[in-house]
Amino acid sequence: MKSALTKEFASDIADRAVKRGATAAEVIIRQRTEFSVGVRIGEIETLKESTDCGLGLRVLMDGRQASVSGSDFSGDSVTSLIEEAVELARLTSPDDTAGLPDSDELAKTIPDLDLYDEAIETLSTEEQIEMALRAERAAQAYSDQIINFDGGGFDSTRGSLILANSLGFAGEFRSTSCSLAAVPVASENGKMQRDYWYDVRRKFSELDSPEEIGKIAAQRTLRKLGGRSVPTQAVPVVLEPLMARDLLGDIFNAVSGELIFRKASFLVGQLGEKIANSKLTVIDDGAIPGKIGSRPFDAEGLPTRRTVVIREGVLESYLLNTYTARKLKLKSTANAGRALTGAPGVEAGNLYIEPGPYSPEEIIKSVPKGLFITELLGFGVNIVTGDYSRSASGMWIENGEFAFPVQGVTIAGNLKEMLNSIEMIGNDLDFRGSVVSPTLLIGKMTIGA
Amino acid sequence: MTTDAVKFFFDRYGLTVGEIDKLLAAALARGGDYADLYFEYRVANSVNIEEQIIKQAAKSIVQGVGVRVVIGEKTGYAYTDEIAFDAIRRAAETASHIARTGGSKQIQGVNATPNILNLYSVEVPLSSIELSKKIELIKQADKAARAYDTRIREVQSSISDEMKYVMIATSTGRLVGDVQPLARFGISCIADDDGNLQVGRSGGGGRVGIEFFETQMPPEQLAGEAAKQAITQLEAVATPAGTMEVVLGPGWPGILLHEAVGHGLESDFNRKQTSAFCGLIGQPVASEFCTVVDDGTLPDRRGSLNIDDEGEPTSRTVLIENGILRTYMSDYLNAGLTRSSRTGNGRRQSYKHMPMPRMTNTFMLAGSDDKEDIIRTVKRGLYAVQFGGGQVDITNGEFAFSASEAYLIEDGKVTAPVKGATLRGNGPQALKHVTAVGNDLALDPGVGVCGKEGQSVPVGVGIPTIKISEMTVGGTQK
Repeated sequence: MKSALTKEFASDIADRAVKRGATAAEVIIRQRTEFSVGVRIGEIETLKESTDCGLGLRVLMDGRQASVSGSDFSGDSVTSLIEEAVELARLTSPDDTAGLPDSDELAKTIPDLDLYDEAIETLSTEEQIEMALRAERAAQAYSDQIINFDGGGFDSTRGSLILANSLGFAGEFRSTSCSLAAVPVASENGKMQRDYWYDVRRKFSELDSPEEIGKIAAQRTLRKLGGRSVPTQAVPVVLEPLMARDLLGDIFNAVSGELIFRKASFLVGQLGEKIANSKLTVIDDGAIPGKIGSRPFDAEGLPTRRTVVIREGVLESYLLNTYTARKLKLKSTANAGRALTGAPGVEAGNLYIEPGPYSPEEIIKSVPKGLFITELLGFGVNIVTGDYSRSASGMWIENGEFAFPVQGVTIAGNLKEMLNSIEMIGNDLDFRGSVVSPTLLIGKMTIGA
Repeated sequence: MTTDAVKFFFDRYGLTVGEIDKLLAAALARGGDYADLYFEYRVANSVNIEEQIIKQAAKSIVQGVGVRVVIGEKTGYAYTDEIAFDAIRRAAETASHIARTGGSKQIQGVNATPNILNLYSVEVPLSSIELSKKIELIKQADKAARAYDTRIREVQSSISDEMKYVMIATSTGRLVGDVQPLARFGISCIADDDGNLQVGRSGGGGRVGIEFFETQMPPEQLAGEAAKQAITQLEAVATPAGTMEVVLGPGWPGILLHEAVGHGLESDFNRKQTSAFCGLIGQPVASEFCTVVDDGTLPDRRGSLNIDDEGEPTSRTVLIENGILRTYMSDYLNAGLTRSSRTGNGRRQSYKHMPMPRMTNTFMLAGSDDKEDIIRTVKRGLYAVQFGGGQVDITNGEFAFSASEAYLIEDGKVTAPVKGATLRGNGPQALKHVTAVGNDLALDPGVGVCGKEGQSVPVGVGIPTIKISEMTVGGTQK
């Protein structure tokens, strides 16, 4: 890490931009060290290790906005970045809504959300390689039908983020993450199937064991063998957590201030309305200690918080940054996110569906005939209309039990109806990432074949 | 342009040929078969309009060097965002740890050579023109879309461009470079008919200069396409579900090829034996009407490059010839390991990423059928002309791509527009059902981005009108 990159350095750049003519300025500095090892069939395939660092500057001149970014921190470079930002801003249009947050909304203290694990700093290359190899060995040992691997590996990152603005905010936090994945290939009658399993956590000690990950990866792959189609029909579908989080991602898009203020979401104008089955509660919380989606402040310096998005089926809040909140005459929910370049967008913290009372087994048992979905392909989700159409694979359920694997079908419906027909919610919520859901049962969707 | 790029890096960062050789030697100090250095300096600009306000202008500068060491199937990689001898040497040492055999490998001193290809006929690059000129273009688009129909309620338009300098030095003595322009114009509109909301999108670009948007693809044209799509969708009816005949229109629907066969024919998957196309060279994987090529040498196209990101000239590779699988797309590593030829398909997102086999411009050659005749042969089916993205599982071959503008075909006639729907198929099987290929090959307008293993690169696709006798349509109407 570069020691010269401090909050003071960032604040100084913001102040200099103001001296240069900006009415407000915001600086973000990101440093990241990554290590990754890819393994395949008992051997290291790739080994990667590096550190990089970037600086982003956003300036405003009476509502005119521009942003610049670079990775050269030398005095001359920074000076020319400041000048370029101010020059660019002169050419854009005044936008009354654009600007930094109000001062009183900015984080006053920066809580320690326990996002950094010293243990990741001291992990040896050998240990990280061994983690990846162990997961693969476990998958291989699980069955003779696991004949190959399409990669898999262990990644770790350490990073820091500094944010400062011309209103006097300056914050910094460090974070780590590590992840482990296995991607086995199985074969039966000359037909191959591939699947994967993984874990991702802030702390090394919280990661599932490589043996567990390898075993589940093998099980997931093996159950796909022999997949076949089923006739076109409308049936209940069960989304396993990995697929339910995809649906939650669609819900996120639909409640994101970005699409709401543009009136480009089927949930426009629905605040306070019942938009989903009363069993559904969706929460975003960027302040949970130790979780992947946690951060002490958002990309505009607001303290992160818990927001109930949908409470028992009623849309209670959109997810907003400063710009989208002002557009909608609401308050930011501290969901600003951003890349080095560009104005802030809207980003989830830890977005999750509140777990229900049922085990995944109970949910499957309740289905006389339907599809348990383990893979979805395609981008046929229209957030404006809610129309939903994707290709699906999974397991056919017959009288509450898995009958055979399904491949080569589509599922279609509309998000409005899908949300209303979430009839059962599993108890299997696990924060394996930042957008997470338990198992969900949707009453009816059209299967196409 | 190779000498331009090499000179750029040598002048700007004070590097010498002797230093490059030292860095490559440091990368191979612990052994290894091969090493290369990838230098990148990229300036990207963008500006957008929304609510008739020029909301933002942005500029970013990305620079760095990636060092790769290859030994057998193993790759060591490290990068630095400081283009300076000491920083690159540290990265080279880190990357060298992959080779544990000991003993250093000799390098051949590098020697700068010019590129064979010169594909970017840019007169005035977007990166060199004033922002106000670009603002004018997006304002024109905004105006044209709003003028198309009073029901067009909101318009977003943006123009982004980049100029990327790359230089590649290899332990086999190669020293080449390229200066790669890229421009992309995008527009989306929302139509609102009394609460019935629909979106339309369009865009275009390539390795082109500003003159392209002034003559070949004016903003008004793109705006008209986006607005038409949104307005058309207002009348959309439910899409049928199940297997039916599908006709794809020319151009961007070529994404079918990208998903159905393209990814499965990348040589890394075939070396690893994880692709559904493994072992099928010389076998039929499509109907006799289908010849599919990947061609990185088309002038000005978004997916084209004078050299790939390993310094190899791009090429035209026949993947499928009259239905028979001929070749996989290869990079350095996989060509070497499978004892096949490099095809100039080694690409990477940036200096932070390792290269791997990627597509360039992938398309099907024209056939002899007339588009109207093709549609006339369909009793009940779908005519799909615009698509969003697609995805594929390369191991079982399942793929899906999602139509954003499609119509019913009833008794040989194109009738009502339908709601967007995902089409699915299985790679080695889907093209066997191609029963007619039109004479109207078109390439996409130049907005494609392909994602693989977390890396995004610009690509092109193309296809003539084709008829597929069976494909699963993900509709809601039984």
